[in-house]
Amino acid sequence: MIPVHYYLILSAVMFITGVVGVLTRRNAIIIFMSIELMLNSVNLTFVAFSSYLGNEAGQMFVFFVMAVAAAEAAVGLAIVIAIFRNTQTININQVNILKW
Amino acid sequence: MHQYVGLIVLFPLIGLLVNGLLGRKIKNETIVGIIGSGAVGLSFLVAAAIFIEMLGMPADGRSQTVTLFTWIAAGSLKVSASYLVDQLSILMTLVVTGVGFLIHIYSIGYMHGDRGFWRFFTYLNLFIFAMLNLVLADNYLLMFLGWEGVGLCSYLLIGFWYDRKFEGVKITWTGDAANKAFWVNRIGDFAFMIGMFLIFREFGTLTFNEVMGDAETLAVGNSTVFWITLLLFLGATGKSAQIPLFVWLPDAMAGPTPVSALIHAATMVTAGVYMVARNSALYALAPDTMTVVAIGGAMTAIMAASIGIAQNDIKKVLAYSTVSQLGFMFLALGVGAFTAAIFHVMTHAFFKACLFLGSGSVIHAMHEEQDIRHMGGLKKIMPYTYWTFLISSFAIAGFPPLSGFFSKDEILWKAFADGSAVFWFIGAAAALMTAFYMFRMVTLTFEGEPRWAKDKHPHESPATMTLPLVVLAALAVIGGFVGVPAALGGGNAIEQWLHPVFVQAHHSLALPAHHDHATEYLLMAISVAIGVTGFWFGRSVFLKNPDADRTIAAKTGVLYRLLANKYYVDDAYHATVVNPIVKTSDRFLFGIFDVRIIDGAVNGLAKTTGWVSSMLRYLQTGVVQNYAALVVVGIVVILGILIFT
Repeated sequence: MIPVHYYLILSAVMFITGVVGVLTRRNAIIIFMSIELMLNSVNLTFVAFSSYLGNEAGQMFVFFVMAVAAAEAAVGLAIVIAIFRNTQTININQVNILKW
Repeated sequence: MHQYVGLIVLFPLIGLLVNGLLGRKIKNETIVGIIGSGAVGLSFLVAAAIFIEMLGMPADGRSQTVTLFTWIAAGSLKVSASYLVDQLSILMTLVVTGVGFLIHIYSIGYMHGDRGFWRFFTYLNLFIFAMLNLVLADNYLLMFLGWEGVGLCSYLLIGFWYDRKFEGVKITWTGDAANKAFWVNRIGDFAFMIGMFLIFREFGTLTFNEVMGDAETLAVGNSTVFWITLLLFLGATGKSAQIPLFVWLPDAMAGPTPVSALIHAATMVTAGVYMVARNSALYALAPDTMTVVAIGGAMTAIMAASIGIAQNDIKKVLAYSTVSQLGFMFLALGVGAFTAAIFHVMTHAFFKACLFLGSGSVIHAMHEEQDIRHMGGLKKIMPYTYWTFLISSFAIAGFPPLSGFFSKDEILWKAFADGSAVFWFIGAAAALMTAFYMFRMVTLTFEGEPRWAKDKHPHESPATMTLPLVVLAALAVIGGFVGVPAALGGGNAIEQWLHPVFVQAHHSLALPAHHDHATEYLLMAISVAIGVTGFWFGRSVFLKNPDADRTIAAKTGVLYRLLANKYYVDDAYHATVVNPIVKTSDRFLFGIFDVRIIDGAVNGLAKTTGWVSSMLRYLQTGVVQNYAALVVVGIVVILGILIFT
């Protein structure tokens, strides 16, 4: 049996990778992928604890997170496509029409 | 029967709600008029039933308090909506509803065809409702509610024809006159309120009976009672048009004539007299205030009567006459003759309402002409109006045995016996002027040759207008017999009736008893002689020469101009009070305080906010990742705090 803190460390690494990706990358699609990475690191934590504590509630949360992530991805990608049609780019540095 | 007193107040309230909410839809003048008049008529019937039952009761069981519900309960302040039904309030209720009913009937004819017909009856019923609360209240606060209510109705009805012009000192339309009445009354109301607060501080209650009960333990000359009574009297000078606050009443004639008769002659303006009489036990403890009341009343009586001589507007003459008669009432109150004051309130309500309604009938016939110099010869054309007007004029001039003789004579006699000869002399002089200007007006209006334009066709008024005139004239004739003094072999029924109400005051005043009938007969003879002299002068001078005013004016010069311009009191008030207030408001309060300080603060706040925001906006880079980085930093900081503390 693998100890639970292995999972947690892996999860933390995945999460930080995601955060760094979101903050540093300029490509909107890669930012999306980083967000998915963060979500899935949380999912991993849920599952690990669910198994460790013998409580199914964590696994149910995972399904919710997956559903929301799917919806978010669908909406987000639609927005990205709309932005691309307007500006011919998905580099977020060039999408700054709200800037002063 | 006492417990049905709520109905007296309820009927006008129903009438007001029905006419006020549905009047515009009803459109039928007869129905609106019947609802309005009927409500007051029913109130009168209930009041009369209670009065008749009281007559059959022993004197000490007549006064009862009827509590409807608790109105305010806040700490030690407990005020209930309860009515004090006693000899004084039922008398006032009968006058208010009785005369009010007749004037409602009259208004059906007078206001015929007016586009505000239903509005007029709504206001009238609201007035009756407020006035009944005023006279029936068993505590100061409920009385004050009625007091303010009648003030509001006065304002609404003076400005009823809000699009008409009206001439006056610095007044150009009816709205100005209404505002003037409201503002001047406001000063008096303020004093009334301060007086009420003082009463609550001193006695811890606002109920008349409890205050009067506590007052029994106080010594004569108590300084708090002095201030209370003085402030209440100042309140009364506003509502009852006495010096120094009388200036609004003559301009209140901008309202329709039934309003002048009901509010500005018969009922509302006597509220001050009623209030002082209701507080007689307190006033009796403050001899200094009594002196002020007597002097104020006497001054008002003679001043207003002298102004009345030089007025040419039929309603203005009557308005100054009302001010003068109210002065008589306050003179009576000031010398401790509370019964005489209330007696005069009653008889004055009859003959002055009749005179005002008669003048309304004349104005109606003359197509809104109010200048008596352009009238004359109406005697034959309007017999009902003429005869009722004449009878009431005799009554106000104090011809025996009409009602005015008994009440005015009672006042003059008490002023002489319990006050001083000076009061009597001033009163007698005012009575002489009263007789003179009344018959000047009667002669110029009804006698002699017509002086109106040929295109006018005066006509007698319809029955709805003449019938109330006849009833009121009859009351003006017989109304005095309830107060025939002992010297003339009468029982002075009204004095006996009101005796329990004023017994406490009389006890404090300790007035000497009078048994000297010889002096009373002499004074009576003098006042009759005064009435006859005034009548003879007023009639003969103006019958011979309707233009006699000009001759008099030329002969007396400055004096006449002084009277014609009402002693320049209005102008003086304008120069010393109104103008400084307007100037200060315009130059300082508006020009400096409002524009610079208030607006400056508001604009300064907006500018500061704008400047701070323009600095802060540099934080908003528009780069989503910067925001996200800040979020992450925030989370890390919060987590750090949570973990390491």
